[in-house]
Amino acid sequence: MTYLLRRLAVFPLVLIGVSIVVFVAIRMVPGDSITAMLGTEAGLLTPQQRDALAAYFGIDQPWFVQYGRWLLGLVQGNLGISPTYGKPVLDVILERFPLTLELALLSMMIALVVGMPAGVFAATRNERLSDLGVRIAAMIGQSTPNFVLALLIIYTLSAGFGVLPAMGEFSPLWQDPLRNLGQLILPAITLGFAFAASVTRISRSAMLDVLSDDYVRTARSKGASARSVIWRHALPNALIPVVTLSGIEFGYLLGGAVIVEQIYALPGIGRLVLDAILQRDYALVQGCVLFIAFNFMIVNLLVDLAYVALDPRIRLGER
Amino acid sequence: MIPLLSVSDLSVGFGRKPEANEVVRGVSFELADGETLAIVGESGSGKSVTALSINRLVDFGGGRITGGSIRLKRADGSVLDLTSATEPQLTKIRGAEIGMIFQEPMTSLNPVLTIGTQIAESFRLHRGLTGRQAMAAAKDALDRVRIPDAARRLKYTPNQLSGGMLQRVMIATALACNPRLLIADEPTTALDVTVQAQIMALLAELKRETGMSMIFITHDIGLVAGIADKVMVMQNGEAVEQGELNQILDQPRHAYTQHLLHAVPHFSSGRATRSDGQRDKAPDAGPALKVDGLVVRFPVKAGLLGRTTGAVHAVDGVDFDLMPGETLAIVGESGSGKSTTARAVLGLVRATRGSFSASARKAASGQSARPIQMVFQNPYASLNPRLSIASILAEPVIATGGRATAETRAKMTTLLKRVGLPEESLERYLHEFSGGQRQRLCIARALMLNPSVVVLDEAVSALDVSVQARVLELLVDLQREFGLAYLFISHDMAVVERIAHRIAVIYAGQIVEIGDARSVLSAPKHAYTKKLIAAVPTIERRRERFELDTRQVPSLVYPLGFEPGPAKWEQFGPDHRVRMEA
Repeated sequence: MTYLLRRLAVFPLVLIGVSIVVFVAIRMVPGDSITAMLGTEAGLLTPQQRDALAAYFGIDQPWFVQYGRWLLGLVQGNLGISPTYGKPVLDVILERFPLTLELALLSMMIALVVGMPAGVFAATRNERLSDLGVRIAAMIGQSTPNFVLALLIIYTLSAGFGVLPAMGEFSPLWQDPLRNLGQLILPAITLGFAFAASVTRISRSAMLDVLSDDYVRTARSKGASARSVIWRHALPNALIPVVTLSGIEFGYLLGGAVIVEQIYALPGIGRLVLDAILQRDYALVQGCVLFIAFNFMIVNLLVDLAYVALDPRIRLGER
Repeated sequence: MIPLLSVSDLSVGFGRKPEANEVVRGVSFELADGETLAIVGESGSGKSVTALSINRLVDFGGGRITGGSIRLKRADGSVLDLTSATEPQLTKIRGAEIGMIFQEPMTSLNPVLTIGTQIAESFRLHRGLTGRQAMAAAKDALDRVRIPDAARRLKYTPNQLSGGMLQRVMIATALACNPRLLIADEPTTALDVTVQAQIMALLAELKRETGMSMIFITHDIGLVAGIADKVMVMQNGEAVEQGELNQILDQPRHAYTQHLLHAVPHFSSGRATRSDGQRDKAPDAGPALKVDGLVVRFPVKAGLLGRTTGAVHAVDGVDFDLMPGETLAIVGESGSGKSTTARAVLGLVRATRGSFSASARKAASGQSARPIQMVFQNPYASLNPRLSIASILAEPVIATGGRATAETRAKMTTLLKRVGLPEESLERYLHEFSGGQRQRLCIARALMLNPSVVVLDEAVSALDVSVQARVLELLVDLQREFGLAYLFISHDMAVVERIAHRIAVIYAGQIVEIGDARSVLSAPKHAYTKKLIAAVPTIERRRERFELDTRQVPSLVYPLGFEPGPAKWEQFGPDHRVRMEA
């Protein structure tokens, strides 16, 4: 419990650090939000009009004053208003987030359901032909860029079977689950493919380590069957690296998958950030990055808590 | 009468061509019901492989039985050749008819499962018990190995128990289904000597209770004396001699058995101590090392802000002095603070309080200004495998700001020769050397700077017994030649007896008894020293019964600012002091 409080106490510090970096970085990019918003029409503005607009959006002040104002808003739960969408930043992000979260969860499920059994199987068939097969497949999975895979999937489906992935307006899970799944399953497979390959490789090597441990020999000396040795004695000990890897990958996925979202025309966090940067929508970029950083920290915390659940030797907060 | 187990002409090989790479060749023995066979040998003798072949666990380690037969009389009276048994047959036999315990209890239990679950598994597998029934059976099994408070301990995971407790849990697991054969593969090697005595006592008692047969594998022929009926001695994969216990111990016929019995250090209650002590001959020479009131404490932190709430008193007020040419052995069990003392003397941990002075003697020419060097326990881990021998030996010189000159090189060659390694070793790498040779290298490395004191932290503990004897001889020779003072940290009384002039017994961070080696070993005065010495297995006391004792070591954690009272000492003879018990 004290450990949890200590970890949560660090969150604001990290978030402030992240926000300062983003705040400064986005303002160092040439171009400003007014030009980006109005396009060529921005050239028609008189200097007075321009200044008035800048003052309206608050971008006439030095960056630290802007930062101070933004921070003040933040502690009141206000991330600012996005000029592009004309809505509070938090609302814009929360509209997009369910899709990203669902996609990340689906991809991870695919990765674990395919990757772990494949890795365990390969480990028990160490150096045999089937092990080699799994290892080659994993290597291919890891080295295929996901846009290639996405295009291949779309091409095969449309040219081979005349089926098109469900496009058009995204429908959330709670409105139309079937349509929602239809829209997300292919992107999830695309993202889950490389993820599964990594999971396979790491579970294989972790299992190989564990299978030569003394307690596995003990289990065998008690008369445990091969299946019980693998699933009951060895696998729980091999899970830590798998959890670590999954946590990191999942954290990345929560930050959005720009390319895959683009290809499958999905309005996720990835595309939101990309558009916000192109539009010089400062408030939105800051909000998104902060949100992504926050998610990452939450995932990391969950991973650490998972360690404790998996291995009684790990006690948190010990130095 | 069919024997319980009859192994004939067993050969086991490893690798892709097991026939060409046999590590056990033509081993035969028989074991009757209720009998105990001890298999004795050094590492690589094939003793463990022989044992693992009996329940065919050797298959999982990449081994294959290449010849011979292993006939087991099963519970129903039928006889099965285990070399040709199928895996389903074997899983029914393992645990139910053949139980096994291993060397390292710390790593032999599954770290993520509670010990209750692990013991209950045997009952699930072979007795068909489930849930509460299996747990109740597991509790009875723990009671049987005399673990106090068994019901609560069932919920513990292995990291919450000490090594001795874990080995009892292993025994409980192995004996859960009353196997008629127990294979014990060096079950006490990783344990302290008093804990070892406990485990041996337990095994002896359980054997009397159940009438099971046992195969006991060990490198320590002294340990065998208390428990075995028959002994088989193995060397290089072959059984060189076997017979009744007394016959092997009293009239060994094979040269190797004789060597094991005579050339190897055995504890003999202070009769084999050295007689070349320097202390009384040169009373006016100053000590090579003087330690005064050494205290090492480690903070215990707790709470949200990690405040220090107490301290582990690892070393608590230790004083001693060490004369040139003298060996002071510090003996104690794991956690007693003996290694921390050594590390504090070397400056590897910071002393909380206390002073040292180490003086380089003017008399001996070429003594270094940095007079203390060390040799550690594991020669496989304490040498860098990427460096050539020449670089390893040059390291202390370079580390102290010197340069590797022609003179350094000449010194390397001399020292290599002196420790008994060929001169041309200089350009070679570690993997070409055996454990004993590596420890000789470590000794040569320690001598590169002409130290006056060498700290030897369990320096021979990782070596095979016969190698141990030779390294000890070398150490004694070097001591005489260079007038070295040794601070010899060890848990092994037999080794200590061979090399120490004086002995300090350390318990719970404090020296409880210190004095002349012969006096301490032959007439120990402190209760702990007596217990420690009584626990050492010897050939002479071969029929003595081990007694069970479940007292716990006191906790070393004290509240912040706690200071123990001043020690009161009682003097026995000219050089033998004992701390009075509170």
